[in-house]
Amino acid sequence: MSAAFLYALVGMGLFSLGVYALIVHAHLLRKILAINVMGSGIFLVLVALARRTGEAQPDAVPHAMVITGIVVAISATALALTLMLKLAAETGCAELPDEKRE
Amino acid sequence: MDRNRWLVLPLILALAVGLGYAVLSLPERTDGLQKMVADKMEVSGVSNPVTAVLLNFRGYDTLLEMVVLLLALLGVWSLGGAALHREAAPGPVLDTLARLLVPVLILVAAYLLWVGAHAPGGAFQAGSVLGAAGVLLLLVGWRLRPGLTAWPLRLILVAGPGAFVIMAIFTLLIERQLLEYPPAQAGALILLLETAATLSIGVTLAALFLGERPQDKGSK
Amino acid sequence: MGAEVSDIPWGLVLILLPLMGGMACFLWPRVTTMLGLVTVFGVALSVAGLGWQILENGVYRHAVGGWGAPLGIDLYADGLSLLMLTATALVGLGVSVYSAAYFRREDATRFWPLWLFLLAGLNALFLSADIFNLYVTLELMGLAAVALAALTGGKDALGGAMRYLLAALLGSLAYLLGVALLYHGFGTVDITLLGQRVESGPVLWAALGLMGAGLLLKTAVFPLHFWLPPAHASAPAPVSALLSALVVKASFYILLRLWLSIFGPLVGEEGVDTLLGLLGATAVLWGSVQALRQTRLKLLIAYSTVAQIGYLFLAFPLAAAAGVTAWHAVIYLAFSHALAKAAMFLVAGNLLRFGGHDRIADLDRVVQRLPLTTGAFALAGVSIMGLPPSGGFIGKWLLLEMALAQGRWDLVVVMILGGLLAAGYIFKVLGRAFTQAEVTHKSRAVPACMEWAALLLAIGAVLLGFLAVPVLSVVGIGDPFGVSGVRP
Repeated sequence: MSAAFLYALVGMGLFSLGVYALIVHAHLLRKILAINVMGSGIFLVLVALARRTGEAQPDAVPHAMVITGIVVAISATALALTLMLKLAAETGCAELPDEKRE
Repeated sequence: MDRNRWLVLPLILALAVGLGYAVLSLPERTDGLQKMVADKMEVSGVSNPVTAVLLNFRGYDTLLEMVVLLLALLGVWSLGGAALHREAAPGPVLDTLARLLVPVLILVAAYLLWVGAHAPGGAFQAGSVLGAAGVLLLLVGWRLRPGLTAWPLRLILVAGPGAFVIMAIFTLLIERQLLEYPPAQAGALILLLETAATLSIGVTLAALFLGERPQDKGSK
Repeated sequence: MGAEVSDIPWGLVLILLPLMGGMACFLWPRVTTMLGLVTVFGVALSVAGLGWQILENGVYRHAVGGWGAPLGIDLYADGLSLLMLTATALVGLGVSVYSAAYFRREDATRFWPLWLFLLAGLNALFLSADIFNLYVTLELMGLAAVALAALTGGKDALGGAMRYLLAALLGSLAYLLGVALLYHGFGTVDITLLGQRVESGPVLWAALGLMGAGLLLKTAVFPLHFWLPPAHASAPAPVSALLSALVVKASFYILLRLWLSIFGPLVGEEGVDTLLGLLGATAVLWGSVQALRQTRLKLLIAYSTVAQIGYLFLAFPLAAAAGVTAWHAVIYLAFSHALAKAAMFLVAGNLLRFGGHDRIADLDRVVQRLPLTTGAFALAGVSIMGLPPSGGFIGKWLLLEMALAQGRWDLVVVMILGGLLAAGYIFKVLGRAFTQAEVTHKSRAVPACMEWAALLLAIGAVLLGFLAVPVLSVVGIGDPFGVSGVRP
């Protein structure tokens, strides 16, 4: 197993960890961080496996995909953080309103 | 919440194992699109493969992603921003740091933008460094002059996506495919797009950090 | 002149025009409503232009940057894309005319740029043939949708939007990881090339699981629908209409495309289609029962969306034997639901404007006071219930016929129960529209264009019932259902 696969496995681990944290944590900041950890895991998988060319030059296409992905992730995070602050200002608590009444 | 945790854990472990198994079943060696990218590098206008993919081969993705960034700012402004943080008086350390770093950061951004054509770097890296300079300035209490917060600011914010859209229309008008640059001018056109993108990314990131929309006090 | 018009790349105009419109609205907030309306009318004309080109020359393909797949990104439009683009343009027109009267000054400057970017995202999504590009369009659409859902502010809207954003991001990240696996496994992100290259194996199954789960979450299929009712019910009425009619259909469209050209042929017989059918059946029953229990009109309509999305998935287990007809039924249901559901949410907006509330029990004889609006609700209801003559009837009838022919009595029972429950919740609203409420409220006038927009969309949903033959022949251009229709 080459280093590329090791990093890709770590990436998959990060993704799973992110999903776990997203589900179990109630605080919205933790949920948003969890989403970012998931994203980083995916980026690691994309970049790590691009090294399998066996040459000095890795495959550039996944690298470009990661840059696109990062910009999208920043945008989504900014929107999510603002929503969280607004919600906290409105309800006094940075958690999702309870659904039990439904 | 604790009961939930023990229910979720085995599912997540199964997910991780499954994903790991899928990764390990991938072929040891593969070129992906590397050969194809290398073949077309000469006509791409740049010599850094990542920049070639981002701005030429898959430039359409980059167009849409610039719009996503602008959209995030629109969303944040539409929410009314988050004016929770108090303006703390910056200490002398932060003040000096900003004074020293901001010019350096702007230079670094310009260098990254330029070097992106043939080495790691490019509009996004340069834009983030520029954004960091903007954040530093905002931290020490610097704000745009009121006269500049209306359309001059908006014009810079749309410069990146706007340049891409104009380039898209230009390539169609000269009877080419969408975003198909003439090979001889590709390098120059890409640098043009990247410059506009760097400015927009930097200013958008700083504006996202500020949160609330700068009010045009001049008109009131 | 005729030759020049036919040379215009209408498919590209569909993407570039709303992008320019959105940026123009951002730069000139004073004239935002006018810019928005002009853009949306332009987009509708461009869809007509593209449709004409597709009818004349067959499928539309454009290699962006002149590279061609796999190095570059291909745009692709066949009959299926054209139908989705048409639905988007029609609903977009109705909602835009409505919004011009609905949003006042400050809100209009927030609404229009977001809506135009959402429109650009939808059009780009329906035109894309590249799974990574589809990810970018999904995010463009998703972020615009969330920002729109939060437009009213307040606890409910912000909470609903937050939940919506988290669900949307989880869904698109799962999708993106699937894209990463497919690229690293098969060396391309072009749908057509992937369809030729994929082989069954762990990579394919993992990608199916990730992309399938992500898109099911975004489509709000039971049990992943939890985010939909709060987000759709607390948004402003025109936004609810866009979200329910178009945004959930977009992720369904990607799922359908991937199923038809990549996953379906390889894993279709391994029980995945049965699972999708089961989820759909549960959604139909659960969503309808929940809709029946609601006391507020917008929540009722939102739960009805959950149920109607379920119908789309009933076709998967039937497709193995019925082939193209099953997908025809799905397309018809999606199209007519888009029109009918948009009309219903606009009706809810009218009632909110009129009475200041959307409590079903206090509707207080609106049939006399807002006859057009009530008529719109009744006509849209006809299509949602699946009564003839309406688009919903054609779709549900096709499904029912196939289920009977294949002896799938379980699905037959689900469909009949779903129809009865739908009749229950539609008549619950209509009945209240005729009765006098115990407490009378002050009422406000509703602009005529808001009433007409709802009515015309509802009439469109009913008219679809008469257009089955031409519509289905257009959908067949480029043979989008061919791959899974023929099984070895």
